Amino acid sequence: MSALLKSREFILAVVLAAGIALIGIYQPVFVEWDNLSDMLTETSVLFMMALAQMVVILTRGIDLSVAANLALSGFLAALVSQYYPGVPLVLMILAGVLSGLVLGMVNGALVAVLGIPSIVVTLGTLAVYRGMIIIIAGGDQVNASEMGVSFQAFPKDVFLGVTTPIWIAIVVSILFWVFLSLTRTGRGFYAVGGNPIAARYCGIDQGWQEFLAYSISGAVSGLCGYLWVARYGVAYSEIANGYELTVIAACVIGGVSIGGGVGTVPGALLGALFLGIVNTALPVLQITPFWQMAISGAVILAAVVINARAERRPDKLILPEARRLGRARP
Amino acid sequence: MSTPLPTEERYAVLDRAPRRLGATLLRWDVILLILLVLTVAVNAIVSPYFLDVYNLADATSNFSEKAIIALAMALLILVRDIDLSVAAIIALAAMVIGYAAEAGFGAPVLFAVGIGVGILCGVFNGFLVTCVRLPSIVVTIGTMSLFRGLTQVILGDQALTHYPQGFLNLGQNYFIPFVKTGIRWLFIPPVPLSFLIFLVLAAIFGIVLHKTAVGRQLFAIGSNPVAARFSGIPVDRLRFILFVLSGALSGLGGALLAARLGSMRSNMAFGWELDIVTMVILGGVSIAGGVGSILGVFLAVLVLGLVTFGMSLNNIPGQVVSVYTGALLIAVIAIPRIFERLRRGG
Repeated sequence: MSALLKSREFILAVVLAAGIALIGIYQPVFVEWDNLSDMLTETSVLFMMALAQMVVILTRGIDLSVAANLALSGFLAALVSQYYPGVPLVLMILAGVLSGLVLGMVNGALVAVLGIPSIVVTLGTLAVYRGMIIIIAGGDQVNASEMGVSFQAFPKDVFLGVTTPIWIAIVVSILFWVFLSLTRTGRGFYAVGGNPIAARYCGIDQGWQEFLAYSISGAVSGLCGYLWVARYGVAYSEIANGYELTVIAACVIGGVSIGGGVGTVPGALLGALFLGIVNTALPVLQITPFWQMAISGAVILAAVVINARAERRPDKLILPEARRLGRARP
Repeated sequence: MSTPLPTEERYAVLDRAPRRLGATLLRWDVILLILLVLTVAVNAIVSPYFLDVYNLADATSNFSEKAIIALAMALLILVRDIDLSVAAIIALAAMVIGYAAEAGFGAPVLFAVGIGVGILCGVFNGFLVTCVRLPSIVVTIGTMSLFRGLTQVILGDQALTHYPQGFLNLGQNYFIPFVKTGIRWLFIPPVPLSFLIFLVLAAIFGIVLHKTAVGRQLFAIGSNPVAARFSGIPVDRLRFILFVLSGALSGLGGALLAARLGSMRSNMAFGWELDIVTMVILGGVSIAGGVGSILGVFLAVLVLGLVTFGMSLNNIPGQVVSVYTGALLIAVIAIPRIFERLRRGG
């Protein structure tokens, strides 16, 4: 019980609840269900992207190509909707997911098979994937009027009082939790990131785990690509520009360690929720949206400092100065 | 009677590994040099305007600001750190310069202000990384948001455009004018200030990194920080200095960019951090630390800059150029590994 109270997820949840309550006292409209529902719908993409990114970061990697993948896969889904309006909606969504999966597998193959550092691979594919949109479209964009009706209506549907993007985020989150907590492969990500050599001795295939992580990240980006494009009604090369760093920021706030092996599904979700609240609370509080980025930046830094304090192991006292410092520290 | 010294050493300790032709050809800077020659050759054949001195001079000013920052980034990546906040520092510095310009200061003060803002940002990054001991990638993702966020908060949707003419001249005119000597192939090309600064800084960085003790210490930190600390190298102090340096050069870059464009908005230089990291990695600096050369970064800057310029001469949009540079980045790193794998496998 006390372990739960001390866990960073719990602390983060308390901070978030207190924040929502404070904003609610100041502006009651913020805590009305309509507003909360809007906020969760708006943040649903970030929830899923943060979970997928977490899996990659768990293996000591990083996937900078997610936003470009989202844009390209969303664009391809929109093209399917534009040129084959008769195709069932499921297949259009599947087109986005499959495209994302393939792009993710390319990252995975380059990282796992050739052993190129993930930051190099995904920096390269980030540029390539985004540029592919221009090459495919010749600079054109797909507008709302060119996309199918059902294609655009689906993310706005409401089922049992909750919008479809939230339902999808809930289902994906549960799947991630089951996968990461209860399956052998899921635990493998933690093992590979926590100690690659020990994982190797336990017979865990590091390359396969890495390949899987980037493939999952890609498939989720593809799904989110469809949701993004269908929700905002436009597909072109600039959508979600720079979003990869927001996704990583959500993970960092949620306590996912960039060093690998540390991170939980509730943590990543809370990190994403934090950014979602910051984004929607500002207009309600009548603060200009220009504060958004500065606040995220300050929160990211505060979160890393707090997480680092919690994680810190006592330094090895080898150097005289360190020994002196060690004595000074209680 | 003293024993005679042995005339021949039984074991020779070489200063360096013996040179072989195959190994030389596979060296990173040689690969880049071949790429550079290919780039120039293909572009010169495709477009008659490519080899025009004025065009080339203008092309250099398009990548020089990034290239200057890439020098500091190279040293940071060499010691296993990274600074993703550089582009945000450019915007913040350009904004403060803009306000200083409206207060009536002249060009030298404005440049000093830009570098000063950059140094402050760098000190903040360096403090968080070396004193609070946080991973640099996370810190600089945070400060990237923070610095650009500050710019957005202060500036909103405004643009700053009132830079004094003396300041703009530095960014928009050639610092060294075109000089003919009467002989057709012998001339002094026009050089923009930003490219001249890049050339001078590249020379200084090259000498410091490859010919001085400090340079060797940086390689030592990148190869093994713990061993470096045990050898008496002030690891954290050097890393701190590198973050300050990266901030200072970003501030300088911000001043040069503001002078070249003559206006700034809060989205100035958005996304440049990844372009700069690309330059450094293509230049052969290993993200794992301890491997890299300034010559490599220099050549990579020229390859990327000239490819971009050549493609824009042929009306190819910027994002298609980035497909090429992104693929180039992966290919240049992947192909030697594939060969290595085939050779070991076969």
